[in-house]
This record gives sequence, C-alpha cells and structure tokens, in this order.
Amino acid sequence: MNELENLYQELIVDHSKNPRNFGKLEPHDHEATGYNPLCGDKVTVFLQMENEVVKNVQFHGVGCAISTASASLMTERLKGKSQADAEKLFTEFHGLVTQGTADAAAQERLGKLQAFSGLREFPMRVKCATLAWHTFRAAMRGEEPDISVE
Amino acid sequence: MAITGLPLAVHPTSASSSETLTSADVARIRQDFPALHQMVHGQPLVYLDNAATSQKPRSVLDAIDHYYAEDCANVHRGVHLLSQRASDSFDAARQKVQRFLGAAHSKEIIFTRGATESINLVAATYGRKNICAGDEVLITAMEHHSNIVPWQMLCDEKGATLRVAPITTSGELIIEEFERLLTPRTKLAAISHISNALGTVNPIAHMIEMAHRKNVPVLVDGAQAVPHAAVNVQALDCDFYAFSGHKLYGPTGIGVLYGKAKLLEAMPPYQGGGDMIRTVSFTKTTYNSLPYKFEAGTPDIAGVIGLGAAIDYVNAIGLDRIAAYEHQLLEYATQRVSPLPGLRIIGTAREKAGLVSFVMDGVHPHDLGTIMDRQGVAVRAGHHCAMPVMELFGLAGTTRASFAFYNTLEEVDTLVAAIQKAREVFGQ
Repeated sequence: MNELENLYQELIVDHSKNPRNFGKLEPHDHEATGYNPLCGDKVTVFLQMENEVVKNVQFHGVGCAISTASASLMTERLKGKSQADAEKLFTEFHGLVTQGTADAAAQERLGKLQAFSGLREFPMRVKCATLAWHTFRAAMRGEEPDISVE
Repeated sequence: MAITGLPLAVHPTSASSSETLTSADVARIRQDFPALHQMVHGQPLVYLDNAATSQKPRSVLDAIDHYYAEDCANVHRGVHLLSQRASDSFDAARQKVQRFLGAAHSKEIIFTRGATESINLVAATYGRKNICAGDEVLITAMEHHSNIVPWQMLCDEKGATLRVAPITTSGELIIEEFERLLTPRTKLAAISHISNALGTVNPIAHMIEMAHRKNVPVLVDGAQAVPHAAVNVQALDCDFYAFSGHKLYGPTGIGVLYGKAKLLEAMPPYQGGGDMIRTVSFTKTTYNSLPYKFEAGTPDIAGVIGLGAAIDYVNAIGLDRIAAYEHQLLEYATQRVSPLPGLRIIGTAREKAGLVSFVMDGVHPHDLGTIMDRQGVAVRAGHHCAMPVMELFGLAGTTRASFAFYNTLEEVDTLVAAIQKAREVFGQ
C-alpha cells in the first residue's frame, strides 16, 4: 500500500480537490485542448505569453485526481518561466513520471512536481499526469496536442 | 437471474440436482481456472472484470494446446490425417455452437473474429444490399459502440438515418418508444440483449415480436448475454444473433454470427478469398454454400476448437445454475455496495445481469480503479465503450464490477473493502 500512499499523497489529493488556476483565463493569447479518448479526460490550457515568457496560465477540464492535480501543480510551476525553461521543465517532468529519474538540478527545478515520482510504479496512469503538459506545450508552440506518444 | 422472454434452458444440466451453485461447487470450479490463483500487488487476485473478458478454464487451454501440439493442419483442404483430425474438431465445434444457440442448422453458424465483426458483417452485406437512402436503422440508447458505429457508417454511406430508442434513468428501454420508432422506413433493428455498461436485460423476445409485426428483421448483440443466460435463437425468432468467444470463457479472436439460412443465402459474401468460393476463373467466380460463403481464408482453427471446449465447460455446469448463482452474487453485491456513503449505482433496471456499475462522490473512476487494483481487485473504469450511455447519465465514466460463476461472496466483501479504502485515500 506504500506505493498507493506515495501516489495519492496529500499534496496531490489536495490539488485534485481544490485545483489552483482553474477556469478560463481572460485575456489569453494561446490555448489548446488535450483529450485522452481512452479515459475521457479533457483539459484546456490558456496562456498569456509576453516576450516569450509565461506571464499567466490557467486550465479547465474534467479528469481524474492525477490529471487534475498535475494540471494544477503545473500551472503554479510555469508562471514566470521563459519558453525555453518551460520546454526544459516538460522534458524533466516527463522523465520523472516515465523513468522516475531526475538529477539534483532537475529536482530543484521540479520542486513540488516531484510528488509525481510515484507514478513510475503506475505505468497505466502516466498519461493522466502528462496530458496537461502535452496540452500546455502544444498551446505554447501553437500545435495540436499529441498524447499518443507515452 | 430472471430473464423476461427467454425460453427455458435447452442445455443439459450437470449431475447435481441443485438449482444454483454451492460454495463447494464454486471452490471446485475455481480449481479449473489457472489465472485465478495468483497474487497481484501482493494480494490475491479478485477478478471482477468479466464483462470485459472472462478467464479461461484449463479444458479450453488444453483444447487449444492439443490442436497445435497434435492436430495442427489446415481444415477442409488436406487429404492427410492431421487435416482430417483438425477438420473433425472444427466441424464438431460448429455443431456445438448450433446446439448452444438452438439454431436449426449448423450452416447458420458463421465464425467471425468476435461480436464486433459479426455485426460489421451484417452491416456490410445485408445492410449494403437492403438499406437505401431514406431508410432507417433502429438501435437503442444503451448500445455498445460495436452496435452503433457499423450502422452509423452504413447510414452515412447510404443516406439512411440511425434512430435511437430512448431509455429511462434506471437504464430500462422505453418499450413504447421502441415500438413507435418501428416505421415502414425501418429496415433493421439492432439491439443488445444485455447492456455491458448498465447490466440491463432487454425484453428481446417481445421486441423481436414487435419488430416482426412491422416486417423489420432484428439483429441481437448477445455478447453480454450468452455467458450468463440460456439463449434459443429459434424460440426468440431473431434474424441475426452475434456473440464473442472470449466473454464465454473461450479464447479471444473468435466469435459467432448466427443468421437465418434464408437471409444468409440471399446476402452477398463478406470478404473474398479461399474457402468462400466454389469455382474461380478470371471471368467468373461462383461462391461456396453456407456457412463457407462468409468465411474467406484459413479460419482461427484453434479459436474455434477452444470455443467448442468452452461451450462444453459451460454446459457441464448448466446455464440455469450459472444464472441463478450469478443472480445471488448480484443481489449480495447490490445490497453491500448501495449503502456506501456517496456511492450511486448506475443502471438499476428490474431485470439485470450480474454487474454493478457505480460512481462515488469526489473519487474519479480511474483513481478508484487504480486503488482497487492495488488491493488485488480487477474492475473496469471508464466509459465501457458506451460513451452515449455515459453522456445520458452526465458522467465521464463509471467503475464496473462484473461477475462470473467463479466469483464468491467473499470476493464481493473484498470489493466493498477496496471501495472503502478509496474513500479513505480521498478523505471522503
């Protein structure tokens, strides 16, 4: 049961019940919607970019605790990040949830997002955590989200 | 399980005079299923995802192994002994399916990859030939995607219209609406016998009678029904009946389409290839007789033989006893699960098969599924390939526990404990 408690730790349960930065962002200049047809999770990410920096980010949608908490914690972490730093964080978060690895510098940058390291024990739930991130990156790049890659 | 409109079982019951299965019977039965005896995440497996697929008894595994180890040859081709043995087993399996469904002829039994392909076969042959622009196909609001999408594709192609008979909030078909939607434009009704998402047992005998009064042929999707209730296609008078082997304790990749011979004979072939022809030249090909006309190419021989073994296994226990015992499991599960705080059962039809689909306040079905899995309890979480049903109830999905005759009352207790654990994790 330790793995379960590690996955559904207080921080994640709290963010799933009380998601931060939830709701449509007005005004916004970037937006994308990600959908996981396997489970029905759907998330829309709204961005306000200024000089290639994430000035503000919000989301709304429906999903499980993992996907909601992931979106919530992601928005907290991304505010004020440059586009390059946000791309790097995407890669580091992805590595964390798929391989469970992050070097000391990455751990520092991930901060609270390290709560998702327990996901490596739950491979069938990795997509839940990465949906918001794929959607965010697609919004920032002006692309269609692709979550079929996990 | 009381099933309206179904004839009494035509199957031999086993030597026991009991009308249901005792706990000793179930303990013996469980010994036949190797997959049930394992630990998952350090807990004994409690397999409650039988509506998705069932576990396989040793006799089915042995039948498949025997074919590959001893009789491996193509069927209906070779003159050699192995081909003869394989052909004999293959043909015997078709007769087992015929008797299992109470069909008049074994040529009315077409082997397919599963219920999905059976339905697609009818849409692509009977449907393409008989459904034209302006015509209608009638389904119900509780269908699985496999009994929606093939008809949608056909209607799009032909300029026909798909009509949907509505259901109530308890998940029962509104029979008057079904009758009202049978019009002179209706060219086919395609209905599920038992709903996979809600467990509702449809009064199909009555529905078939209504449709026939308006000269509308009926296809029944029996994927969820054949493992749990005795079916007799002649008593039902359905025109087509589709099911999958893997939900009936048989292998995956094998399924059945029953069709009335008269209809099958008038239908164009499905796929072209070997076995489905009588003569081939570059100017003209003549087609084989039933059932081979619809079985192009080398069939899933091992799958067919495995399905025959699964039918033997189910018959030896007796579908009436299976149905009675599964109904006990359903009643016990409903009684234990429904009082749990914040929990709501989705699908509360009066006539219901052995499954409990539910939602819980503040806990998403996928989180519930993951937490239950860690306690060894395998359930399905999601939309159950019935997204329109979920939409009707305003849900993204449910968690579903579905029972088989090898499940026990103690496993229902484990299910309840697993749900309570999920509530604790989320502090509900």
